[in-house]
Amino acid sequence: MSAQTAQAAYSASDPDNYTGYRTFQIGGFGFRRDEYFAYVTWPDGSHLMPVDAFLRALVREVAWNFFYGTLNFDDVFGTTNLYGQVELYIGRFNDAYRDNDRDYSETIDSDDLRATFQAMLDDWTNAGYDPFTAPQETAQPFGRKSGRNPEALGRVRVTAKRMVGLPDDAPLRTDESGYPVNRMFADVEQDEPEVEIEPGFENEVQSFNLFAYLSRSDVTWNPSVCSVVKDSLFCPTSEEFILPVEHGNDRVEWFIQLSDEIVWEVKDKHSGDPRAVVTMRAGDVACMPADIRHQGFSPKRSMLLVWENASPAIPEMIAKGEAPIVPVRF
Amino acid sequence: MSDYTTELGSLDDYRKGGVHIINDDPRNYVFSNVFEVAGKSAPFERVCVAKNLEYAIEIMRVEGASPWFTAGHDEFALCLDGRIEVELMKHGGDAPEGDGAHALDAEPDGPRMGRIRAGRGHLTLLPAQAAYRFSAEAPSVVLFQTIDGPLTIERWAEICQTGEE
Ligand SMILES: [Fe+2]
Repeated sequence: MSAQTAQAAYSASDPDNYTGYRTFQIGGFGFRRDEYFAYVTWPDGSHLMPVDAFLRALVREVAWNFFYGTLNFDDVFGTTNLYGQVELYIGRFNDAYRDNDRDYSETIDSDDLRATFQAMLDDWTNAGYDPFTAPQETAQPFGRKSGRNPEALGRVRVTAKRMVGLPDDAPLRTDESGYPVNRMFADVEQDEPEVEIEPGFENEVQSFNLFAYLSRSDVTWNPSVCSVVKDSLFCPTSEEFILPVEHGNDRVEWFIQLSDEIVWEVKDKHSGDPRAVVTMRAGDVACMPADIRHQGFSPKRSMLLVWENASPAIPEMIAKGEAPIVPVRF
Repeated sequence: MSDYTTELGSLDDYRKGGVHIINDDPRNYVFSNVFEVAGKSAPFERVCVAKNLEYAIEIMRVEGASPWFTAGHDEFALCLDGRIEVELMKHGGDAPEGDGAHALDAEPDGPRMGRIRAGRGHLTLLPAQAAYRFSAEAPSVVLFQTIDGPLTIERWAEICQTGEE
């Protein structure tokens, strides 16, 4: 099979006779999987990654629409969001690849690349495997093709307009709505605040138990917008096991650890050289500078408040070199 | 009984982590702990623990009854320890000039909007143009999602890790 429609930006092969998986091509990049690995190919080479790690990263690329800055699948392959377009690269942020002219990249329209990744995810995710969850919560992704899991892949990331729980905004999570308390948060209090609202102020007076809300999250490493002050977005998330990408943000990003512990490995954004290890426990606050990449490790499911500035002026500030690398000097 | 214990931290019981440097300056991570900050703050100070251009996150120790505050934009208050009461009134006067929280000199004269009794983990909207005040019987900790303003206190060198752990 070549292009699925006349307009499709990518092509997909027929299913492989043995594994049952299709191979995808967009521009000079090709993508193939077998029982254990995903392979990225480009005109000069091929790079392989364990398919479980690859699918966990890939599902977030699609759900986050390439997010902010760079998402490194490992120290070789990844994407940089150019907001409307995406740079897909090999070795772009790896000194050895760069110094020896082994790096390669192409810039692709965001919608086309997202459609390609979506089709790959749909074809490569077997029944019972959910790449949004922690490894202990789902089946293995390995082996030959067996079924599909469109429910897991079709999740929509929560993006509250003003605040979760307000009338006409993102809803709260309950047993009835399909969000039971996670096994690792069974001890989190489920009490709700007492809220007295005078008539006419139903859209103004609101409070809810954020910790209970997070204890009922069915995904990991998937920041969702819960409260909004202009461009300031509180994106709390529940974390377990490993952040599937090394995130090289193009702007300053902040973490407030709300429960338990995450260890962040911080490397230089461009070279990949180690710079720091940041251990965050409940109540700790830390900034991630704009010139690093970070990957979090959460031994027990934990609650993390990710704080982003979504100002549309920032990409231009970054382009002009005017965006701060660190938020505060003291 | 749950097999797992979720560690939330409090004024009296927190275990601060830290930055282990390989090749960097620890100041770049602006590392602090909200319970430590609140423990060393006077009641109702708004101490900045995170800043991103004009946006800020402030920590307040709530103990007794606070003055009235208002802001021209929404703010949010996340209770991280203790139990707090939040009273909301419509602010009848002119909107404050500039962003961030402002202190009100007098009692607000607008109609009552509501009241919230919140505990640990509860997130409360402080709507734009409302006047609000807090009270707590025992020392409590509130984290604000807001914008840098006239009450924002920056004391980074006192609250942040500057050397080896
Ligand atoms: Fe990040």
